[in-house]
Amino acid sequence: MKKFLALALAAMLALCAFAGCSGEDAEVVLTTNGSTSMEKLMETYMDVYTDATITYAATGSGAGITAVTEGNADIGLASRDLKDSEVEAGLTGYVVAIDGIAIVVNPANPVSDLSIEQIAKIYTKEITNWSELGGEDATIVVVGREAGSGTRDGFESVTGTAEACSYDMELNSTGDVRTTVAGNTAAIGYISLSSVSEEVSAVSVEGVLPSEETVQDGSYAVQRNFVMAVKTDSVSDEAMAFINWALSSAADEYVREAGCVPIVH
Amino acid sequence: MRKSHPRGAPRAKRPFHPAERIMRVVFGACGVLAIAFVAVITGYLLVSGIPAIREIGLLPFLLGTTWQPGSDQYGIAPVILTSIYGTLGAILIGVPLGLLFAIFLGKMCPKRLYTPIRYAVDLLAGIPSVVYGLVGMIVLVPCIQTVFHKAYGQGLLAAIVVLAVMVLPSIISVSETALRAVPREYEEASLALGATWNETVFKVSFPAAKSGIAAAVVLGIGRAVGEAMAVMMVCGNVANMPALFTSVRFLTTAIAGEMGYSSGLHRQALFSVALILYIFIMVINLILNLFLKRRAGEGAK
Repeated sequence: MKKFLALALAAMLALCAFAGCSGEDAEVVLTTNGSTSMEKLMETYMDVYTDATITYAATGSGAGITAVTEGNADIGLASRDLKDSEVEAGLTGYVVAIDGIAIVVNPANPVSDLSIEQIAKIYTKEITNWSELGGEDATIVVVGREAGSGTRDGFESVTGTAEACSYDMELNSTGDVRTTVAGNTAAIGYISLSSVSEEVSAVSVEGVLPSEETVQDGSYAVQRNFVMAVKTDSVSDEAMAFINWALSSAADEYVREAGCVPIVH
Repeated sequence: MRKSHPRGAPRAKRPFHPAERIMRVVFGACGVLAIAFVAVITGYLLVSGIPAIREIGLLPFLLGTTWQPGSDQYGIAPVILTSIYGTLGAILIGVPLGLLFAIFLGKMCPKRLYTPIRYAVDLLAGIPSVVYGLVGMIVLVPCIQTVFHKAYGQGLLAAIVVLAVMVLPSIISVSETALRAVPREYEEASLALGATWNETVFKVSFPAAKSGIAAAVVLGIGRAVGEAMAVMMVCGNVANMPALFTSVRFLTTAIAGEMGYSSGLHRQALFSVALILYIFIMVINLILNLFLKRRAGEGAK
């Protein structure tokens, strides 16, 4: 018993020592604030960026822009491009990654191309049968993500269906959506581009198949930019160094790791 | 710690050996810790669950039928109803099955079969809920889809079937124990009066064990209400009004499904859902204790 206690204590001390070490070499703190959709991206950045400690508050794109404008955060995060009014207010936005969302159906489904309008109608239940889209006579099973998910937010904002979607299933991970669509011939779902596998088939949107290239050149429609915004005249060197790193090709692999598409350098 | 007291309890003849003292502190701390956990969880749930209810309003929260965090609508009536219906459904299937099983196991099972069956029941209780969910997702959901010719198999029915299987082990074990505790004299008297063994079991042993069986049922209800993982994998998780073949959301899955990316009032509202779930479980536990106490009272007679 005593031996065990001693061991446990030693282990705890060792852990504390490690924690102490990792805290020492990063004294610079960068506060970021904004888009909840960028959570995964920011978490990946936090893990790998060593020149500063990055904090992230998930508040929403609008709140993030407000925070950086008022000087409450070093960097504001927005999952949309900056508005003209925001640029005029003295902000500069840097697109650090692109969020590409694939629309997936079961491989047995003959439908292979949808327009944004058709997708919106499917998700608002205006179109309820695949036969209306040239497929078989089967009720469409509408699969999506849970409220608060960045992918859902991105999908709904691009298709203009925010808060109007009527789901048959709300699943809480990309993998669940993929498995469900793979297991139901009448299902349709959306997942981030990096998660597409042979289990499901990604349909082309307005005739363009999703891929890293079509997202980067902007021809694939279901995508949006992840933007870091700073005050143009008073941005700190450390914040700029972080953004430059995020813009460099060194960050590409982490962008992919977070399920996003890297920008063209 | 109490200091030495010369004429202490008789069992404490040599209580002042240092190791003994230390262990007393350790055991005492463990006991206090258990209470502390409950107190902290209760306190935390109250503190974090009440603000959202205040902001949303108790009635709109409990009776509202739309859950749409994006436009700040937080009504959990469908979710509460689903939890109630789902649990009732699971109990309706699970209790008769479990009781007959327990009667077989406790009163009619040949000795040779008893050990393997008992072992299987214990194993059933030990299977992690995610495995139940997985089997439900891969086997049950497609089955429901084809058998009932639906567009999808996820929904209340799938959840009820999975829950019914999950509550079986606790119902079986507790009611079997209750049946075994029935004094042999009752049964012998019944047999001596000319009743068959079947009549004896159903008309004598069963009524004599009824408060224990009631406790088993309540325990099953508690398990069904609190299950999240297995249910989440088969219920579809959309906050619709409950119907057998629609995708539904339970109190537990509402929390587990959306906690990951929620923020602000949405997150607080999920804590409020947890508070409601906690109150559900508290009430069920109170009822359980009531049954157990009554049984203890009967035993004393």
